[in-house]
Amino acid sequence: MKRFNKISAAALLAFASQQSFAADITVEIQNLTHGLYFTPIAAVAHTADASLFEVGEAASTELQMMAEGGSLDGIATIGSAIGADVIANPAGGLLAPTMSTSADLMTADDNVVLSVVAMILPSNDGFIGLDNWEIPTEAGTYTVFINAYDAGTEANDELRGSGEPGMAGMPVPPPLDPLLGNGGTGVAGADTNTTVHIHRGNIGDDSLTEGASDVDNAVHRWLNPVAKVTVTVR
Amino acid sequence: MQYLAKHYKKALVLTLPFLLAACGDDDTREVIVEVEVPAEIPDPVPVSYDVTVTNLTNGQPVSPPAVVLHSEGTLWEVGAVASVELERIAEVGDSADFLMLGDASAGGVGPITPGDSQTISVTIDDITDANLTIAAMLGNTNDAFTGINSWSLANLEVGATYTTVSPAYDAGTEANTESAATVPGPAANGEGFSPSRDDTGFISMHPGVVSSDDGLSTSALTVEHKFDNPVIRIQITRTE
Repeated sequence: MKRFNKISAAALLAFASQQSFAADITVEIQNLTHGLYFTPIAAVAHTADASLFEVGEAASTELQMMAEGGSLDGIATIGSAIGADVIANPAGGLLAPTMSTSADLMTADDNVVLSVVAMILPSNDGFIGLDNWEIPTEAGTYTVFINAYDAGTEANDELRGSGEPGMAGMPVPPPLDPLLGNGGTGVAGADTNTTVHIHRGNIGDDSLTEGASDVDNAVHRWLNPVAKVTVTVR
Repeated sequence: MQYLAKHYKKALVLTLPFLLAACGDDDTREVIVEVEVPAEIPDPVPVSYDVTVTNLTNGQPVSPPAVVLHSEGTLWEVGAVASVELERIAEVGDSADFLMLGDASAGGVGPITPGDSQTISVTIDDITDANLTIAAMLGNTNDAFTGINSWSLANLEVGATYTTVSPAYDAGTEANTESAATVPGPAANGEGFSPSRDDTGFISMHPGVVSSDDGLSTSALTVEHKFDNPVIRIQITRTE
């Protein structure tokens, strides 16, 4: 009889954990890096069976748009297709090193997980990623440290170029323009791993006029984690 | 917080039978006298911790760690401007000023070489919910440091141990040139603390050292000095 009760309790708990609750949350994202900028950030509450990216799987075209050029248009398209609640571009542009941004979000009943993405600059197709993090139902403040991913869609040549999906090179918005070199010969060819994976980091070089890379190796490298996400559940 | 309570209280009420011989009758008068005497001050109860720091890097000496107990706020955090006290740790490993910041503190003795550990004991009286902050330099860098920021000790019972690891941070006070003139550790024996600031201005995660082997031709560092996170392990045991 006792065992039966335990089983019932376990079954009830399992049922309870699958219950969906609307949540009133604040999402804060801090750029922890020494020299990287984040493009406009998307923080997306969605159903557990949806996903913006999966390690080991090819990036969607929509994710590629974000990772190669910082555009949130594709993420917005996915967001409406899956009925997500979306915070888009809370920083109103680039998020500079060590800066924070935050926004409030009311999530619908079934949107029980949170994903966060933003491109990192300078990079070819690097992005910060939080993947289907379960939003706690208990009120409180929760902290998650997140890593840099490579979308696997573009060669990491580390050269000035384009932010259009499928076009080579890195987009270079104004705050980065004076910091990057010119005339690099290109660091790397197409990724060996063409699925989403942990980014190997920038190589860079120490010349602003030649060398393999337009990235400054003393400024634009990083070690994980690269961002802190703080979620307050009310 | 007994020690903060009023140290004096109305301790004695004396009822004195008092004969007034000068009076013509035999009345006995009672006079109540209140005197204040010091209440007993309880002996302070020491609360002590052993903090063991292990160097996880290949070629970065960790400067003598500063271990500080304090009641509130933070002594450093990512996104903040480094204090001069922290800058002195991050640029040259000198913790003397930083150790003055909290309610109780203790510093390590000598650098911790790669693979080695050092245990630092720190004691505070009566307070069991202090916050712990640790800071120590990675010696073969411009201004890299590691540690923990304001970790609450409130739930650490006597005899219990908390273990964590810490990444490398950048104080943001000195550009990461890695040059022989600016790295104070044994790899270069360059300048230590400099009051001028020529970097981002904010504490961040450290990007790692590049080294001459990996493309920074003016670097005094080699592949021996590269590191990845985490760089130290910290074990905190409450001993009393």
